[in-house]
Amino acid sequence: MTNTLPLADTIGLPPGWRFPHPHLLGIEGLSPIDLTQLLDLSEAMTAISRREDKKTTSLSGRTQINLFFEASTRTQSSFELAGKRLGADVMNMAVASSSVKKGETLIDTAATLNAMQPDILVVRHASAGAVSLLARKVTCSVVNAGDGAHEHPTQALLDALTIRRHKKKIARLTVAICGDILHSRVARSNIILLNTLGARVRLCGPSTLLPAGFARLGCEVYRDMREALEGADVVMMLRLQRERMCGAYVPSVREYFRYYGLDAEKLSFARDDAIVMHPGPMNRGVEIAPEIADGPQSVIEEQVEMGVAVRMAVLQALATRLSGDRGTVREAGR
Amino acid sequence: MTAPAPLLFENVRLIDPADGLDAVGALLVADGRIVERGTDAGKSLPEGTQRIDGKGAVLAPGLVDMRVFTGEPGAEHRETLSSAGDAAAAGGVTTLVLMPDAEPVIDDIALVDFIARRAQATAPVNIVPTAAATRGLNGVEMAELRLLTDAGAVALSNGRKPITNAQVMRRILTYARDFGALLIHQPEDPDLKGSGVMNAGETATRAGLAGIPHEAETIMLERDMRLVRLTGGRYHAAQLSAAESAGIVRAAKANGLDVTAGVSINHLCLNENDIGTWRSFLKMSPPLRTEDDRRALIAALADGTIDVIVSAHDPQDVEMKRHPFAEAADGATGLETLLAAGLRLVHSGDLTLSRLIAAMTLGPARILGLDAGTLQPGRAADLVLFDPDAPWICDRKQLRSRSKNTPFHGARFQGRVLMTTVAGRIVHS
Repeated sequence: MTNTLPLADTIGLPPGWRFPHPHLLGIEGLSPIDLTQLLDLSEAMTAISRREDKKTTSLSGRTQINLFFEASTRTQSSFELAGKRLGADVMNMAVASSSVKKGETLIDTAATLNAMQPDILVVRHASAGAVSLLARKVTCSVVNAGDGAHEHPTQALLDALTIRRHKKKIARLTVAICGDILHSRVARSNIILLNTLGARVRLCGPSTLLPAGFARLGCEVYRDMREALEGADVVMMLRLQRERMCGAYVPSVREYFRYYGLDAEKLSFARDDAIVMHPGPMNRGVEIAPEIADGPQSVIEEQVEMGVAVRMAVLQALATRLSGDRGTVREAGR
Repeated sequence: MTAPAPLLFENVRLIDPADGLDAVGALLVADGRIVERGTDAGKSLPEGTQRIDGKGAVLAPGLVDMRVFTGEPGAEHRETLSSAGDAAAAGGVTTLVLMPDAEPVIDDIALVDFIARRAQATAPVNIVPTAAATRGLNGVEMAELRLLTDAGAVALSNGRKPITNAQVMRRILTYARDFGALLIHQPEDPDLKGSGVMNAGETATRAGLAGIPHEAETIMLERDMRLVRLTGGRYHAAQLSAAESAGIVRAAKANGLDVTAGVSINHLCLNENDIGTWRSFLKMSPPLRTEDDRRALIAALADGTIDVIVSAHDPQDVEMKRHPFAEAADGATGLETLLAAGLRLVHSGDLTLSRLIAAMTLGPARILGLDAGTLQPGRAADLVLFDPDAPWICDRKQLRSRSKNTPFHGARFQGRVLMTTVAGRIVHS
C-alpha cells in the first residue's frame, strides 16, 4: 500500500472515554464532553474519507439496517457510506413502500427486524418520538436519523463539526438559525447542541414559523433578519417546505424571500468572516439567494462531507460500546 | 395643482378630541397645515388669507370613516372612488378607509398602488386602502400581508366576509403581529346566520323572515378574543350589532388585549322595527337589532368600549335592492349622512358632542396611525365646519353617492356640514 495512512491507533476512541448511551436518539441529554469526543472522533474520520482507500474493518461482520419510514436520499446515502467505510454490512429498507402499507405497526416492524439480529438500526420516521419508541423494542443500537420535528442529532453534529473546523471553537460564537424553526428537527438538535457547548443561539423567522415560546429553549428570538444577523459568526438557513409557503404559514415565496431569504444585503450584517450553512436540500430563491448559496461564505458542500465523517464516528462509538473493545478502527488487511 | 390660499376660520367653536378643547376661537391654515388655533389665533395673517366667518358653527377635525365600500374597481356603476369622494366631502369625511371587497379583490400590491393613485387623481378626499387578509377573501390562504402593508395598506381586512377557520385566523393574527399590522374583522358565523336576513326575534317572526341570532356575532367575536389572547395580535371588530358583543369587547379590553371596536351609524340610530314594511334599504349585515341592543351600543360608545363610529357605506344599485326583502342585497350608503345622523345622538342627550367627534375622528386615526383626527398645529388641515343645529330633510335623490340606498330617506336631521377642507383645500362648501 502506497497511501500514507493515518495510524490506526490515532483514530480510535480517546483513552478513557466511551460513549455512555446504547443509542443516539437525540442531542438532548448528551454532555459537553461526549459531544466534544464525538466531534474529535469525527475529525479523525474525515481523514479516512479523504484517502484513496477508504475501507476500514472496525465494523466488519456487523449488520447495519437503514430503516427509513420517510424518504431521504441524502441522509440515507450518508449513513450507508459511513457504515460501508467502516466495513459493516449495510441494508437499506425503504419502509414507506413496504410493510407499513400492508398495515404493519411500527412495533411489529421493529420486532421483525430485531429478529434478524442487526447490530445497528438507523431510523428515520415522520413522527416525533417514533425512533425512541422503536429503540425500546429492540436489542440493538438505534441511531435517530430524524424523527418528525423532534431531533436530527447527526445533522447537529455535522453542523458543529463544520463550524468548529472554520471557527476553531464553538463556545461564545454567535449562531443565527433562520427560517422554519417550528417544523425543524435540525433546529431543535442544533439549539440543544450549540447551547450545550456554550454558543449564543439566535433564532429568526416569522411568528407563524417561530413561536415566541422558543425563547424558553435558551435562545434569543428575532423577527428581523438584520438584527438577528448583526455580528453573527454563523448563519444557518433552514429549508421551507413548499406546502408551507402558499398562504398557510407564509403568504408567498416572494414575500418570504423579501423578509426572511438570505441575500447579500442581509448577510452584510453578519461578521465579514461569517459562514453560511444549510442542511439541504436548498430552495434557491426561497430561503437563500443563489449567489449566497454558491458564494465564498457558503460551507454547504462541506457540511455534506462532514455528514459522512460524523456518521462514521457515531456508528463507531455505538459499535464499540456493543463489543466492549477499545474501539480502535481496524484497517483492512491488518 | 396650485397651493390653496391660507384660510382663517373665525368665530368658530373649536372641538379637538386630542386635548379636549371645546372653545370659541379661530384657526389659521397655511400650506395645507394647521398653523395656530385658539382665541388669539390669526393676529397676523399671511398674505392672501381667505377669512371665513363661522358664525358660531363647529370646526372639528375632518371625519375618518373606517369602513367604506365602493364599486371601483369592478362595479363602477354603483360607486367610483370619485363619487364616493364627493359624497364624503359633502358629509365632512376627509379620510375614508376602503374595504378590500372589489373586483378584483385588493389582495395584491399592484392593486393597493392602483387604489392609491386612482384616489389621488380622482377623489377630493384622502382614500386609504385596506388589503385583503386572505387571497380573494377566500378565508383560507393568507395574502401577502407584509408586502401589502409595506405597499401602503393601512390595515388588513377580510371585508364583508368573516374568517371562519380559526386556524387561519390564528395564523393571520400571529403573522401580522410581527410587523404591527391591524386586522379588521367582521365576526359573523355563516352557519349560524344560515338563511337569516334580519335579527331573530318577534319582529322577524311577525314579518315571516328568517332570523339571525345575535349569537352568530357573539360566538365568533368571543372566539376572536381568545385568538387575540393566544397570539398577541392587533384586532378591530368592524361593527358590533349586539349588546352582548359590547360586553365581550369590554371584558377583552379589561384583560389588556389589543382590541378595538366599531359600530355603524345605522346600528346607533335605527333598530329592527325601522324595517317596517320589508324596506330593503334597511337590510344590512350585521342586521339591525333590537332597541335594547341599540341602547347598549350607545352606552358602550359613551364609556369608550366602542372606539369608532363608521358609516359602513355600501352602495347598492336598484338591481340589488329592488327585491323582496330576503332577496335584496345587504348594505346602505352613509358617507354623506354620517355626521347628521350622529348628531341625533347628541341632540337626544345620549352622547356629548366631543365624544361623537372623537369616535369619528381621533378614534379611527389613532387605531390606524393616520395623521388625522386633531386640530393640533402642524397637522394636516383636514377640517369640517358644521352647524350642529341646522334642520334639513334627507332626500336620497339629492345625495351625491352614485347609489341611492340610504336608510335615512325622508329623515329629519338637525346638523349640516357647511364646509370641508382636505389639506387646506376647500372640497365642499
